[in-house]
Amino acid sequence: MADLVVRLWRGDENGGEFIEFKIPAQEGEVVLDVVHRIQATLAPDLAVRWNCKAGKCGSCSAEINGRPRLMCMTRVNQLPEGEPIVITPLKTFPIIRDLVTDVSFNFEMLKKVPGFKPKPREADGTYRMYTEDVERGQEFRKCIECFLCQDVCHVIRDHEENKEHYAGPRLFVRYADLEMNPLDTNDRRQLLVEKMGLGYCNITKCCTEVCPEHIHITDNAIIPLKERVVDDRYDPIAWLGKKIFRKSKKVETDAK
Amino acid sequence: MILRYGIKLVTVTKSNPENVGTKVSLGGVRGGPDVKTLRKDIWWLPQVASGIGLALFVIYATWTAFRNGNYYDGAHGRDYLSPFYSPCLASNCTYKTASVLGTWWKLSPALPILIFPAGFRATCYYYRKAYYKSYWLSPPACGVAEPHKTYSGETKLPLILNNIHRYFWYFAVVFAIILTWDAVAAFRFGNSVGMGLGTLVFIVNAALIWLYTLSCHACRHLCGGHVDQFSKAKIRHWFWKKVSVLNPHHMLFAWLSLVWIGVTDFYVYLVASGTIHDPRFF
Repeated sequence: MADLVVRLWRGDENGGEFIEFKIPAQEGEVVLDVVHRIQATLAPDLAVRWNCKAGKCGSCSAEINGRPRLMCMTRVNQLPEGEPIVITPLKTFPIIRDLVTDVSFNFEMLKKVPGFKPKPREADGTYRMYTEDVERGQEFRKCIECFLCQDVCHVIRDHEENKEHYAGPRLFVRYADLEMNPLDTNDRRQLLVEKMGLGYCNITKCCTEVCPEHIHITDNAIIPLKERVVDDRYDPIAWLGKKIFRKSKKVETDAK
Repeated sequence: MILRYGIKLVTVTKSNPENVGTKVSLGGVRGGPDVKTLRKDIWWLPQVASGIGLALFVIYATWTAFRNGNYYDGAHGRDYLSPFYSPCLASNCTYKTASVLGTWWKLSPALPILIFPAGFRATCYYYRKAYYKSYWLSPPACGVAEPHKTYSGETKLPLILNNIHRYFWYFAVVFAIILTWDAVAAFRFGNSVGMGLGTLVFIVNAALIWLYTLSCHACRHLCGGHVDQFSKAKIRHWFWKKVSVLNPHHMLFAWLSLVWIGVTDFYVYLVASGTIHDPRFF
């Protein structure tokens, strides 16, 4: 098999450059295998974050040929043959070293999500959930927190200043999971609009495109949240119906 | 404690609660090269294709909306009314659905009604994605840097108005019913019932309009998506599941219905102007 040419970004907060490596190709490899071989043979001080090698831990997120992907789930033979494989760190987050970035932004935003507040238990001391009540949220819980969706989202990828008031797709998935939970009593819609920047999303579906778990982030989480906000803010018919027929949930206006 | 590369080691205990709830990490130096994109595939092709497609439709729709003629074929024993002119509400209509606008309206009767389907499509979640990417380059493609220095998305006027999509959806349902009636009327051949190629064109048009309207995200929400506990809303859950089957194909239906509404109008134009003869099946 022909040699592979791999162009790796190496550097830290003081700057960096592409280093080109040429190593023999091996059958059946994913990009992370190639990076590990480079680390083992040519660049022992190469920094790369990884863990499960099975697409379930979300650690080895990087950009391969300019597209955010998991290195462990990107087969080398799916990339253009004869062209260099270009690997860079996630662009949206601060660099630590080489392919490792500081993704703590996402965890800080996660801390701000008003938590699950269940309604009172039923008379027999239990909660009853039927299949149809739980199945919609299952998709959201597939998230492995690789943050590829956060990385590709142009709202913060191209505008660092928006990180102050924009939660991002991964967090909207979390909000959707909680908002659609039949037992939850919190209402996070005002918070979503005023402090989490739901209106910044212009539904370009890039998050859905890069999700390794194939979560329909835009169609099943973000747009339903936007429609729920319309119920709350822009639809007098829905507002009237809510006043007449339903009890409102508790409005959660402050991020924690 | 500050480690190498700016990593801050924070130990959160009950004795130092000030470390709880640290601020969101902002700033920091980004890694990777400072280039617009490293993508080498033809990432621009879908955006260019949809941009050209939308522009061609807008040009055609403008021409047909202002042409104010050959939009109804009654002269050849047919009952074909162009979807751009249906319902025809002005007194100057060749074929009046209802004379709602009266005689004061002197312009093309297509103009007052096209506001509704145009508004429905302009605020549609799919078309928003298409024109934000194709025309506003926000972003030009996934992983490709946008050219704008600031970005406020749909938080300010005029783009915040996209939130009224569901109102246009209410009208879209009315229009879908009217276009279905037009398809039924296309079976009318003078005083008899028949079917021509035009009838088939109208049936396909009505079907595609329904598929586009029912696969809409606002429809999905209104049918049942707003419900948290489906076990207590069986009928809405049933509707939501049905619409959820259509919804992933919304883009496909958006394009098919857009193209076919143009095809339907052009067919009526050709038949009404006598350019072609509408073949009758029975």
